[in-house]
Amino acid sequence: MSATPLSYRSPGFVADAWRLAKKDLLIEFRTRSAFLAACVFALLSVAIFRFTWDATAVPAMDLAPAVLWVIFTFSGLLGLNRSFAVEQADRAMDALLASPMSREAVFAGKALANLVFVVAVQALALPALALFFGLPVGSGWWGVVAIVLLAAIGLSAVGTLFAAVASNTRLAEMLLPMLALPFFVPLIIPAAQASVILLNGRPMADAANWLKILLAFDIVFTAACTVAFPYTLEE
Amino acid sequence: MTSVSNVDTRPHPRVAAPPTAAGFDWFLALALVACGAAVVRALFFTPADAMLGDVQKLFYVHVPAAIAGLYIGCGLLAVCSLVYLWVKDDRLDRLAESSAEVSLLCMTVVLTTGPIWGRSSWGTWWVWDARLTSTLFLWFLVLSYLVLRGAVEQPETRARLSAVMGSLAALLVPFIHLTVYLFRSQHPSPIVIRPEALTSPSLPPEMAATFGLSATAFILLFFAMLRLRYRLATATAARNAMEHG
Repeated sequence: MSATPLSYRSPGFVADAWRLAKKDLLIEFRTRSAFLAACVFALLSVAIFRFTWDATAVPAMDLAPAVLWVIFTFSGLLGLNRSFAVEQADRAMDALLASPMSREAVFAGKALANLVFVVAVQALALPALALFFGLPVGSGWWGVVAIVLLAAIGLSAVGTLFAAVASNTRLAEMLLPMLALPFFVPLIIPAAQASVILLNGRPMADAANWLKILLAFDIVFTAACTVAFPYTLEE
Repeated sequence: MTSVSNVDTRPHPRVAAPPTAAGFDWFLALALVACGAAVVRALFFTPADAMLGDVQKLFYVHVPAAIAGLYIGCGLLAVCSLVYLWVKDDRLDRLAESSAEVSLLCMTVVLTTGPIWGRSSWGTWWVWDARLTSTLFLWFLVLSYLVLRGAVEQPETRARLSAVMGSLAALLVPFIHLTVYLFRSQHPSPIVIRPEALTSPSLPPEMAATFGLSATAFILLFFAMLRLRYRLATATAARNAMEHG
């Protein structure tokens, strides 16, 4: 990035957040470290689940949503760990905080980059799941894609906040799953329930209650985590 | 290392004075005697439930522990965390830490006595019912809150990060309850705390008296332990302040 003149003024919240997200995604695109790890993890998980599954006893449709959300949660965590580890090297975080960017914009940028990461991993995991479990391809999948997007928003918001919290502790990456997983409960339960309904070919209206909870979680926790994030940084 | 921007100049004891040598803890002694009395009364002087038998007497421990741990303890933890982010008073942080630990203990009692009762009444140790699941996740939340506290050395950072988690957990609990409630609920609905209980009591007078005694005893014990734990936190903070300048 070009040097910042002293008279530089921040161009605004959205532009700042977008610039930071672009920086993180560019680093990820060039190194591909976490993305490759998460993709391989997702594909291996699908394969391993396939071999623990007795196809004569449990129909594919009963197991597939469980596999989908287990992969979603844990591959998401893989990406979140890297989010602040990147800034720890060479104390880049200090430079980021010294910049005229607001701390809420730092959060929004980080969460946006994580959202793109999670969605990109799922873009690979969903077709792999459909292929290896022999799921019927139908219109229900658009609903599942929408649910994955809604759940990814909540996961990125809460996950980014706890990645910031965990990066300030002695245990760092080891602590993140413990802090974040209880918070994913009201995200994964509705998402899994709604995707079972849609994959079984039932109408979207049957899943309306679950979708409302997902949406409410996204709104409440995106707002709350944006407000809470500056408190995780204060020195 | 230490904070520069946020040095607090108000006259609260940021470095707590070392507590004086504690004498006999009358409060704790009173709470323990009350608990002993409640247990004796529940076991020997209260009739057993006609349908459920003697195992129903666990109710005199289970429900008071749930009131103390889930409602009072977790409520205190949430309020102290939220207010800490605002006023940054160390005493709130110590109170949050103390209530988290004592609540975890009470919730462990709830989660142990519940399955024992469930085994004989429902025929199974555990069901994924709304109340059970909520309590279990709350137990996990408080446990990870305490692990987070253990993973940060610097007191100011520890207080700040754990307050962030405590405040978000307060927002999370309604969501957890709502999601798990959409599954079928099997738990007996609360029969003691409900509006109409004042006019038409659902417990026979003898049982209600025993319950009143055990609830009072348990809540006293909760506050006695909270006070003890808070004193320990103050003493630890004072020792750290002396050791590190």
